[in-house]
Amino acid sequence: MQWETVIGLEVHVQLATQSKIFSGASTAFGAEPNTQACAIDLGLPGVLPVLNEGAVAMAVQFGLAIDAHIPDTSLFERKNYFYPDLPKGYQTSQMAQPIVGKGEVEIVLDDDVRKRIRIHHAHLEEDAGKSLHEDFHGMSGIDLNRAGTPLLEIVSEPDMRSAKEAVAYLRAIHAIVTYLGISDGNMAEGSMRCDVNVSVRPKGQEAFGTRAEIKNVNSFRFVERAIEFEVERQIELIEDGGKVVQETRLYDPDQDETRSMRTKEEANDYRYFPCPDLLPVMLDSAYIEHQRATLPELPTEKRHRFENSLGLSAYDAGVLSATRPTAEYFEAVLAVCGDAKQAANWVQGELSGHLNRENIDISNSPVTPEQLGGLVSRVLDDTINGKAAKQVFAALWNNEGQSADEIIDTRGLKQVTDTGAIEAMIDQVIADSPVQVAQYRDADPEKRGKMIGYFVGQVMKASRGTANPQQVNGLLKQKLDEA
Amino acid sequence: MAIEHADVLRAAHLARLGLNSDAEAAGYVDDLTRILEMVDRLQAVDTDGIAPLSHPLDTTQRLRPDEVTETNQRDAFQACAPETADGLYLVPRVVE
Repeated sequence: MQWETVIGLEVHVQLATQSKIFSGASTAFGAEPNTQACAIDLGLPGVLPVLNEGAVAMAVQFGLAIDAHIPDTSLFERKNYFYPDLPKGYQTSQMAQPIVGKGEVEIVLDDDVRKRIRIHHAHLEEDAGKSLHEDFHGMSGIDLNRAGTPLLEIVSEPDMRSAKEAVAYLRAIHAIVTYLGISDGNMAEGSMRCDVNVSVRPKGQEAFGTRAEIKNVNSFRFVERAIEFEVERQIELIEDGGKVVQETRLYDPDQDETRSMRTKEEANDYRYFPCPDLLPVMLDSAYIEHQRATLPELPTEKRHRFENSLGLSAYDAGVLSATRPTAEYFEAVLAVCGDAKQAANWVQGELSGHLNRENIDISNSPVTPEQLGGLVSRVLDDTINGKAAKQVFAALWNNEGQSADEIIDTRGLKQVTDTGAIEAMIDQVIADSPVQVAQYRDADPEKRGKMIGYFVGQVMKASRGTANPQQVNGLLKQKLDEA
Repeated sequence: MAIEHADVLRAAHLARLGLNSDAEAAGYVDDLTRILEMVDRLQAVDTDGIAPLSHPLDTTQRLRPDEVTETNQRDAFQACAPETADGLYLVPRVVE
């Protein structure tokens, strides 16, 4: 039987506010336990939460970025459950009237295939604290620094049909929130995590199969692997005559499998009701338009502009617009050198190669975009050849000079285009290589093309890489063939 | 709407309320049944076209600027905690 996979994602994005969603406690990562948990975060009696305008603004910006409807009224509700890292006994969240309504996101798949994924809604809520189960003499330790950190939960429709689509969607969300600057998107630190709803159905069947929810997956790779495992598990189960049960599962990256969390069914009875401590949030159109005016160019727009106005290939445009730091770096190089194709080649070639090798993020690149732009300019105006350019790049990378021009000067890398000087070097090489010259001249003219490489190499060596390679080639051919 | 013994036990469990005896649970069956009868009477009112009221106050949420205004008061807060270690609140072990 042919099976079709159906996937929906709930992505939790930690918003990059300074303070918590309902209190003035700091959200900074990595503080000593419980030093950033105030009376409101602890749920002490008599406190009153007050909503953070920064969190509202970020949620609205996200909504506008996905062309969503922003309702004029939204409400906070209490989601009730007991867990030690949730001191109030409820999570303040939104359910019936979320802050962001229906929207959609474009994803790009292999071969430049595009697909639109519908967003059901996005809502604001608070994060819980952290439980540590290491050895506290049979007790669990609770750190409430994270309690009350603002989250935006983005709920998709079940529009994805493969693990690859789910990953592309997650990357698209990641790009949007980091472009907007509403989250650092750091999955390793938990700034973005997702719950994956997976089901399978016979191809052609309209009704959805029973789904399993895989909780708290925190990397792109794990999302892909968790889905692949889960799909296979469900298909095997059904083909062996079994039935998928609706349940929550956890992905274990070490075993590369999902496992049932064996939670009791009643744990899902959250008894939502409107939070009496928080009034309805009203957003007028002036506020929404004000937020719209702050939106930067978004990844999809940027990709289209790179492709259509700058003339980059779809692939280059996709890679260079994938993250905001990469796009900004590329655009800064372009601003200096003025040639999009060359700027793209250098950013994706030499620069990416060095960054990947040393595992450095582009925002911390030792070579600034201004320096790289200066280097590309000297390639474009033929001051240096490609070989020297790589030397200059390496020198910039190792901080051995302030600018390409300085390095070119101090190292004498300026390209030699003086025909007389090149001829002199060629004559010397020919005089020093009687055996090779004789072989060359005896050879079939069709084979000479390959043999000339030896002489080019010798001349380039003699010039310490600075001779113009095209000129060397042309002059060598003349001199070798004339005898 | 009728409420049964099992409903009371379930509600008590969800709210983590300990009921000491069947008689106590039975008392709640009576009380809650009467409360729900009153709710049923309210349900009889025609509310078509009226937006649900989420809050009795006729005003909207005030927003707070995104600024850190709280300082670290961990020692004060933990002074009344039953048990702490390394800055953490200690609770009976929770197993996932």
